[in-house]
Amino acid sequence: MKKKLSVNGVQHTVDVDPSTPLLWVLREQLALTGTKFGCGIAQCGACTVMIDGVPIRSCVLPLASLEGRQVMTIEGLAPSDEKLHPLQQAWIEHQVPQCGYCQSGQLMSAAALLARNPEPTDAEIDGAMQGNICRCGMYGRIRKAIKSAATSRIAQSELHTFDKTDEASDE
Amino acid sequence: MSNWTRRAFVSVGVLAGGGILVGVAMRPGNRADNLAELVAGENETLVHAFVKIDQDNIVTAVVPHAEMGQGAQTALAQMLAEELDADWDRVRVEEAPPVAGYAHYTVGRGYLFKDLNLPDIVVPSFEGVMMRLSNSLDLQVTGGSMSVRVTGTYGMRVAGAATRDMLKRAAAKAWQVPVDEITTEKSMLIHGATSRAEPYAVFAAAAAGMTPSYSPKLKQLEEYKIIGQPVPRFDIPAKVDGTAKFALDVRLPGMVYATVKRSPVFGGRIASIDDTAARAVEGVLGVVVISASESDTFIGAFAVGEAVAVVAEGYWAAQRGLRALEIEWDGGGNETVSSNSIFAQFEQDISAAKDRKIDLEQGDFEAVFASSQKVINADYRVPHLAHTCMEPLNATAEFRDGHCEIWIGCQNPLGFRRAVADALGIRADNVTLHNMLMGGGFGRKSRADWAIQVVHLAKTVGRPVQLIWSREEDIRQDFYRPAILSRFRAAIDESGELEAWQNTYVNKLEPTEAPLIPYDVAAKDIGHIDSPIHVPWGAWRSVDHSQHCFFTESFIDEVAVAAGRDPLEYRASLLKDHPRHLAVLQKAAREAEWGQPLAQGRGRGIALQESFGSIVAEVVEVTVVDGQASVDRVVAVIDPGFAVAPDGVTAQIESGIVYGLTAALYGEITIENGSVVQSNFHDYEALRMAQTPQIETFIINSGHAAGGAGEPGTPPAAPALANAIFDATGQRLRELPFSKHLQFI
Ligand code: FES
Ligand code: FES
Repeated sequence: MKKKLSVNGVQHTVDVDPSTPLLWVLREQLALTGTKFGCGIAQCGACTVMIDGVPIRSCVLPLASLEGRQVMTIEGLAPSDEKLHPLQQAWIEHQVPQCGYCQSGQLMSAAALLARNPEPTDAEIDGAMQGNICRCGMYGRIRKAIKSAATSRIAQSELHTFDKTDEASDE
Repeated sequence: MSNWTRRAFVSVGVLAGGGILVGVAMRPGNRADNLAELVAGENETLVHAFVKIDQDNIVTAVVPHAEMGQGAQTALAQMLAEELDADWDRVRVEEAPPVAGYAHYTVGRGYLFKDLNLPDIVVPSFEGVMMRLSNSLDLQVTGGSMSVRVTGTYGMRVAGAATRDMLKRAAAKAWQVPVDEITTEKSMLIHGATSRAEPYAVFAAAAAGMTPSYSPKLKQLEEYKIIGQPVPRFDIPAKVDGTAKFALDVRLPGMVYATVKRSPVFGGRIASIDDTAARAVEGVLGVVVISASESDTFIGAFAVGEAVAVVAEGYWAAQRGLRALEIEWDGGGNETVSSNSIFAQFEQDISAAKDRKIDLEQGDFEAVFASSQKVINADYRVPHLAHTCMEPLNATAEFRDGHCEIWIGCQNPLGFRRAVADALGIRADNVTLHNMLMGGGFGRKSRADWAIQVVHLAKTVGRPVQLIWSREEDIRQDFYRPAILSRFRAAIDESGELEAWQNTYVNKLEPTEAPLIPYDVAAKDIGHIDSPIHVPWGAWRSVDHSQHCFFTESFIDEVAVAAGRDPLEYRASLLKDHPRHLAVLQKAAREAEWGQPLAQGRGRGIALQESFGSIVAEVVEVTVVDGQASVDRVVAVIDPGFAVAPDGVTAQIESGIVYGLTAALYGEITIENGSVVQSNFHDYEALRMAQTPQIETFIINSGHAAGGAGEPGTPPAAPALANAIFDATGQRLRELPFSKHLQFI
């Protein structure tokens, strides 16, 4: 069954069983492999994407529920090809990733947090990031990077939200 | 030896210390086939396999270790660049492909000969023997904290220095000046007197024709400009924008997806399958049974149990298909085994003390125990643990015309290649293995079981197959950190001095020194009993150190308390002959303000362990109120000899501590009915951000032989926490995980 799906501002039409979780549609139909699989039951956060600005575990979200909604994945987090999101910059500055596998999900959770709360407290950061496991244990660096991105001036002015949808299609 | 060829080189076993030997020198017109893929461009000259310099003067370090996330590749590049005097801004890394010419003899030497300190000039025959050994073992391992300490020290640095030396001689010849008048800086050759300066690239080809020095002079610590600097890691930018390619991200034309299930009871097999419902699931292409096999790669033989796979258009369909299968398993006789029965067996075997094997025996301990004032007894135990790498096991393979191509993230590419070739009954030359980034390894990815599954599927299906294990399969079909029961007895005299230390535990694995203690005790008796069980075991971050450090560093604390002494001061008094240990211990205590009073309900504990050539002490602070606990702070000190990449070492220690704390707080694989009870992160928990303490890491550069960083942070975490909990509550927890007794908030 054909379904429309808007990802990172691009409209796609996909032909797949509508019970398929978004995670697998992103990875297999759209080859957007930045979003990762870690548990499949909304326990680890590796598959976190933003839907209409809210962080969602894409491994348990059926394609059928996405009509008319805007999905943002890690591939769409940077505002442009030349420019990183302030969180991505902070991630590099604090040398956050170890293996890196959890980091797409971590960044999407953090981006959603800063979008709604530009100056989170430690407790608010802990709360927002509690659904994201990092088996490499980089929590201290993640917390520091979120705080430094939040305080950087760029962060205040450029926190990324969707304001436009390009009517492009992959068909 | 102006006619320096690979043959001559191997048969003569030329060469002091590393790089060039493995790497094989290549020159224009003499390209060894199996190394040709290292030289990608027309303009490149492979000086030898650890380093290449291209026309644009870019220095590429060819690194024989997979990147698990330790930043090892960057550290290795630093070591090479330092000795080469390379321009760091123009240094790149590349992982070596698993080809036979790259068989990793430097690792083989480190692994097989432990901490053997090799002189600069090594007896050629010894080198030759090692070369053959490691070739036949198919070594190319990431693990055992091996990269910096072995590859870096004996390979990269030597390679860098030898290359620089050859470049200098090439320039001297061209410029007709004495070689010792030539200096090097930022990938430039300079002759000051005649004001000449040229990039390395200009002389790369000429240098490749030089005979390499067998023992190039290495820099002294105080000459370092790149080693020891906190340089940004090469691998990080791709890990913040989703472009880093893990095995799971491989996409091939016509690729199908598969997922598998093995017998829940280890060693069991399929009695019957009804796949009618599974085949009816939309998108399912087929159901394949993968027969059982044995594999015998580097870290020991292991069995790969019979499995059933569902192949489908996508992972979702494959997973639904797998769930729809009706399978009856034959447990093969282990259906009644449980964690309780396993520990009852351990208990019985230790008490019977039959065939006890001695690890270390010194002094007249029997006499001491017979006459001692005070004897302290304790039993400690740890459960089985899974690895739960963030990236569940997966791999992609294609089999065509007798050739197999596989994409996988693994800790031993050459070993995997051989295992796959054996499984398919083809020669290793007919397997191309692409080692991808690994979403965690921790020891799990040194066993090739899932690689064997995927190539079997690719051959059966006739299309490229991506096999993805569910997290449930990943947790239930691991090679587990072994459960251990460890029994202690210590004797102290009337003034509290430790007189005798006795320890018996079950199932000795690697590394052999893990149960030994650094403390000065006249009478020691350490030994073990074999008590085999059906649960498969594997290396788990720091291997046996993580269990034994929990035992020994908790028990020494108990002894200190029984002696009425401060645990820090007691340890220090027993370390007079171990100045490095003592310095690490005391620095940790100082940085953690040991001795400063803590509020009611709070406690502090310390632990110390040497593993993989590094010494680490950790001080943990904990709060326990009404059965609710929080780990507040960890102060860690490491002496890794010298930290090549200090921020990398710090990150590794942080990572190792969180890994160790996860095990200490929550880690437990329970066996019931011969199989694993836990299934996913809801019942096999990982430490999350809110439970993670503040971690402060300090590095002591003692200048001793290089030690590891990836593993040594893990062992002290659990005992330091246990000792802190005792300090806070007076309750001695002798069993992991602590969540059995306390709730962690
Ligand atoms: S894969 Fe979705 S939360 Fe783990
Ligand atoms: S960086 Fe490896 S799991 Fe987070």
